Amino acid sequence: MFLYNLTLQAPNAINQAILGNFSGTRQQELIVSHVSRIELLRPDTTTGKVHSILSHDVFGVIRSLVAFRLTGASKDYIVIGSDSGRIVILEYNPVKNVFEKVHQETFGKSGCRRIVPGQYLAVDPKGRAVMIGSMEKQKLVYILNRDIAARLTIGSPLEAHKAHTIVHYCTGVDVGFENPIFACLEVDYTEADQDPTGEALQQTEKMLTYYELDLGLNHVVRKWSEAVDRKSNMLVAVPGGTDGPSGVLVCSENFITYKHIGSATLTVPIPRRANPFEIKDRGLLIVSGVVHKMKNSFFLLLQSEEGDLYKVTIDYTGDTVNAIKIKYFDTVSVASGLCILKSGFLFVASEFGNHHFYQFEKLGDDDDTPEFSSNDFMTNDDQTMDDIRVYFKPRPLENLLLVDELVSMSPLTDAKVLNLTDEDTPQIYALCGRGPRSTLRILRHGLEVTEMAVSPLPANPTAVWTTRLTADDLYDQYIIVSFSNATLVLSIGETVEEVTDTGFLATTPTIAVQQLGQDALLQIYPQGIRHIRHNKQVTEWRAPGGRQIVRAATNQQQVVIALTGGELVYFEVDDSGNLSESHVRREMSGNVTCLSIQPLPAGRRRVRFLAVGCDDNTVRILSLDASSCLEPLSMQALSAVPESLVMIDMPDQISEGSLTTLYLNIGLQNGVLLRTVLDQTTGQLSDTRTRFLGARPVKLFELGMAGNPAVLALSSRPWLSYQMQSRIHLNPLSYEALEYAAPFTSEQCPEGVVAIAGNALKIFTVERFGQVFNETPIPLKYTPRRFVVNPVHKSMAIIETEHQTFSSLEKKKKLKELGFDAENEGEELDPVIFGNVRSTPGRWASLIRIINPLTAETTFSLELEQNEAAFSIAVLNFATEANQLFLAVGTAADVTLAPKSLSSGFIHIYRFVSDGMGLELVHKTPVDEVPHALLHFQGRLLAGVGKTLRIYDLGKRKLLRKCESRAIPNSIVTLHNQGGRIIIGDIQESVHYASYVAVDNKIVIFADDKAPRWISCLAMIDYNTVAGGDKFGNFFVDRLPEKLSQEIDEDEAGSKSVGKGYLHGAAHKVDLVAHYHIGDILTSLAKTSFVAGGREMLLYTSFLGGIGIFIPFQTKEDIDFFQTLEMHMRNEMPPLAGRDHLSYRGYHVPVKGTVDGDMCEQYNLLSGDKKRMIAEELDRTPAEIQKKIEDMRIRAI
Amino acid sequence: MDRSNLNSQLEHLQSKYVGTGHADTSKYEWGVNQARDSYASYIGHYPMMSYFALAENESIARVKFNIAEKMLQPCGPPPERRD
Repeated sequence: MFLYNLTLQAPNAINQAILGNFSGTRQQELIVSHVSRIELLRPDTTTGKVHSILSHDVFGVIRSLVAFRLTGASKDYIVIGSDSGRIVILEYNPVKNVFEKVHQETFGKSGCRRIVPGQYLAVDPKGRAVMIGSMEKQKLVYILNRDIAARLTIGSPLEAHKAHTIVHYCTGVDVGFENPIFACLEVDYTEADQDPTGEALQQTEKMLTYYELDLGLNHVVRKWSEAVDRKSNMLVAVPGGTDGPSGVLVCSENFITYKHIGSATLTVPIPRRANPFEIKDRGLLIVSGVVHKMKNSFFLLLQSEEGDLYKVTIDYTGDTVNAIKIKYFDTVSVASGLCILKSGFLFVASEFGNHHFYQFEKLGDDDDTPEFSSNDFMTNDDQTMDDIRVYFKPRPLENLLLVDELVSMSPLTDAKVLNLTDEDTPQIYALCGRGPRSTLRILRHGLEVTEMAVSPLPANPTAVWTTRLTADDLYDQYIIVSFSNATLVLSIGETVEEVTDTGFLATTPTIAVQQLGQDALLQIYPQGIRHIRHNKQVTEWRAPGGRQIVRAATNQQQVVIALTGGELVYFEVDDSGNLSESHVRREMSGNVTCLSIQPLPAGRRRVRFLAVGCDDNTVRILSLDASSCLEPLSMQALSAVPESLVMIDMPDQISEGSLTTLYLNIGLQNGVLLRTVLDQTTGQLSDTRTRFLGARPVKLFELGMAGNPAVLALSSRPWLSYQMQSRIHLNPLSYEALEYAAPFTSEQCPEGVVAIAGNALKIFTVERFGQVFNETPIPLKYTPRRFVVNPVHKSMAIIETEHQTFSSLEKKKKLKELGFDAENEGEELDPVIFGNVRSTPGRWASLIRIINPLTAETTFSLELEQNEAAFSIAVLNFATEANQLFLAVGTAADVTLAPKSLSSGFIHIYRFVSDGMGLELVHKTPVDEVPHALLHFQGRLLAGVGKTLRIYDLGKRKLLRKCESRAIPNSIVTLHNQGGRIIIGDIQESVHYASYVAVDNKIVIFADDKAPRWISCLAMIDYNTVAGGDKFGNFFVDRLPEKLSQEIDEDEAGSKSVGKGYLHGAAHKVDLVAHYHIGDILTSLAKTSFVAGGREMLLYTSFLGGIGIFIPFQTKEDIDFFQTLEMHMRNEMPPLAGRDHLSYRGYHVPVKGTVDGDMCEQYNLLSGDKKRMIAEELDRTPAEIQKKIEDMRIRAI
Repeated sequence: MDRSNLNSQLEHLQSKYVGTGHADTSKYEWGVNQARDSYASYIGHYPMMSYFALAENESIARVKFNIAEKMLQPCGPPPERRD
């Protein structure tokens, strides 16, 4: 087996977000990192929408990002701290839309190591130096400068190492134009490591240390070091130089301290939420912060781990700080990055769940929220600060307004590919999110469509067009609808109304409509052509007697019509604006079924190519040159009758200049779409790509999408072919089947589509390009863990379990204890915004829920009591009651995570009632450990309870233990079976193959893995093979040798299988077939076929919200081809963050049997020279290589 | 390569790479280095941090803070010296 990995949807969690003017314009942009992918986001400050401009996979781990700008420059550079042992500086090139590597300096080994820098990055606010630090000891400072040609230069690294020191945070202090200073939070462990009494540990202090880069001496010195609170975790630099007093805010548990050399220490407590359930001894941490500078002032927004934002202002005169003030601002989701735009927006990159984009409505200056000042908390002894508690009352958003949301499926805990709603393609059901923000998301393959308007029409129309009135109009003025015997003209204004005095012939169907020349309109109908001048003067051209016009193709200057019998007539607009017929006509070999003329580039009078599709299964290209009018140039034979043709120019983004490629799109009557490159000089057709779209004939329409031409293809569902980031994408739209469409441009909707579906006229837009899945979320209450599907009634059972949370019942009880009125619940804060009420470790809230996926409704939910938490779930039937479906839920009470303990585990058995939409408890069986895995096994229940594997049968009062095996080393986390073969996944010791020997009623483990793996999910892909993922982000496939498998199965007594244990393990070992580092923890794996009738492949989901697939190769040639291509790509396009691709994919174990398709797809981003060079090495043309790469993706989705 | 050169090379390695073992590495030192290496690696791998954060129902920043704090003395106080 050899696999090809492709990412269908990249993980969308953000771990770093920075702000800057990366294009070098006044527009502020965001750069976010999705761990192994860097993305440029451009917020549109007029609409408040955030658009993704560029996303690039760096095949490495991005741990830190900073932006900097050289003094006097207007463009920001990006510094990446990664696991590559290198510092990389990138520049965004807005013309080519790529990130360019400006500098890459190696300083250490690769990997996320303790003493190799990359974890922390701090930059001097004036862009003169950058510090890159590690968790311990090493810190390097690079001087940034520019050379004579104004190019960025980077100096050799200056060391600021300090051995035996753990670093908690680094930041650049704003000192204006004095020597750059970096502030670090450090702890020295030398003493604590030597002192057995533990006294030194108590006395160890956390130090705030200033490292000064002496630009004159080219040397870094420890300038100043002062003890701060032991529980400090973060530093925020205060503006300095001309903007402020300089210095840093040290954020500690419960309070914030201002520190600077020679300045007084000021401390203010962090206000806490007034809450009856408050745990007084739990500290409050600041998790993120951002400074916003305005013209003459600045403020800071800090966020606590509850999500509350605080506005911090600093009262200063000159360099002296008088007081720091803090007040509650608003509550948003807990952020891994906050960015404030100058235009008054706040970007919140959430740790979990969707990212939000807010607009500032006000700055919280004049409201009645209490403000706390450091002057009120002047104490000599810092210790007492820890006991001071000040409170605020949380409230809904007051200062911020949500304007946009970026989807993030992180954390994705479980997913399944199913077709519960009987659609063309299966859906992905995914459990996402944490706490009250969590959702079940139903993902469908297709672009999300926003419907703007639907209006019914008197009859079923056959076609629709939009048109401008003059060539200078910005927006469309008319919508023209054709019926089988009439034509209706609607004018677009504030409302859409019928107009009659347009000059259009209303009593006939229409074949085509075109805005012609400067200010004329053209209506083509079966009997003739109507040329309507701007003064409503009409010129008619009549079709010759007895013949009708059947097809027409137009642009602003040229018109071609096809008459019955296959004769073509050509017209052109002459200098006086008249439509003049060419003296040449041409008889085609068959009836003309479709026509297309090349779009007219701005400023041109004529284009050269006409495409004609005939019912003899051909498409011909004819010339429209004056000298060779309607002369054939080339021909392509097809597999079916062509239904529709569209020629469009798509820009070649990578080749320099404004070069375009002309594509001919051919829709066939058998539902196939072809895309062929048309040579602009010879008119020859080459490089055909084929794709089956649906059962109905394919109709094509040209549109503008995201500023580029695109093709809408209508078959049994609509598809859109568009270009994004140097690749042509073809994605279905998540919308009903349409019959006819036209582009629609108005002030409200610059890039819309007007379309016909039945007797309705619909106007819609597509906004989120590149997001191939569109989602329907269903809200949940607690963090979802696992789900199963009732195969008969198609209902879904979900278990939700959350640690450190009050369950509803506990909360009521506690309220009563505290003497509150339980009725007074109206005042309760919305948990979706403010989170669930936090309890102490070891307290759990958990529930079992049944959802009907058809209506997306919760039909049943049961909250567990007595501190029980659900961990596993299975649907099964018991042999004793074969016609009844049961649900088994594995729970445990009073679980603590560290050290692991519990009071008792339980297996609940429920009976499905009311058509699978409800549950009824049958009984509850206590077990001694946490049951982490349950499985239906031959009419009984197979349960992994801690490290024991048991078979239970249904009893009257409880489950009856039938069989037990204790041969698993740690804890069973997954169970799968086919027949009598059971595959067990251990939390730490990889897979174990077992067989159930019915004669002896015993489970025999006969094979296990050679390597330890911390299993996170498994899937049995055939009787002998298992694919799995581990907690370090690896994917692997293990296979039991065929011969051994047969021997085991023939050995009924089980003596052979038991064999003799080998090295404390099973007698036999499985073989590793494939291994690959994905870079994110896999949470589900499934063998599925995503395209109707397509081949089966492995679909996986990952924890940070990614979806990808592994496609098995079918031929040896393909394997060789892609392996060679991958090898060339590694040389020609080394990853952007400086990580070696091969070693990244082989992070823990060398890559085996897998090709990285994402790397291969970057072939499209190479320059023409490099493309050709690689193509020559592979004995193919670049187009052939691109086709092969595209074919792999089409096969998948 | 003579013995003194080998020794000096080893010493160089030990000073450059924290945690490089030597003939007298104690069980405690070995354990402490292993724990600190693991913790530093957890902090570097964001998916791992968010996995922990989800299980504990804490913010990622809190998990990072807890782990970084544990790096100070991951295996408790050192044993009494016996000499």
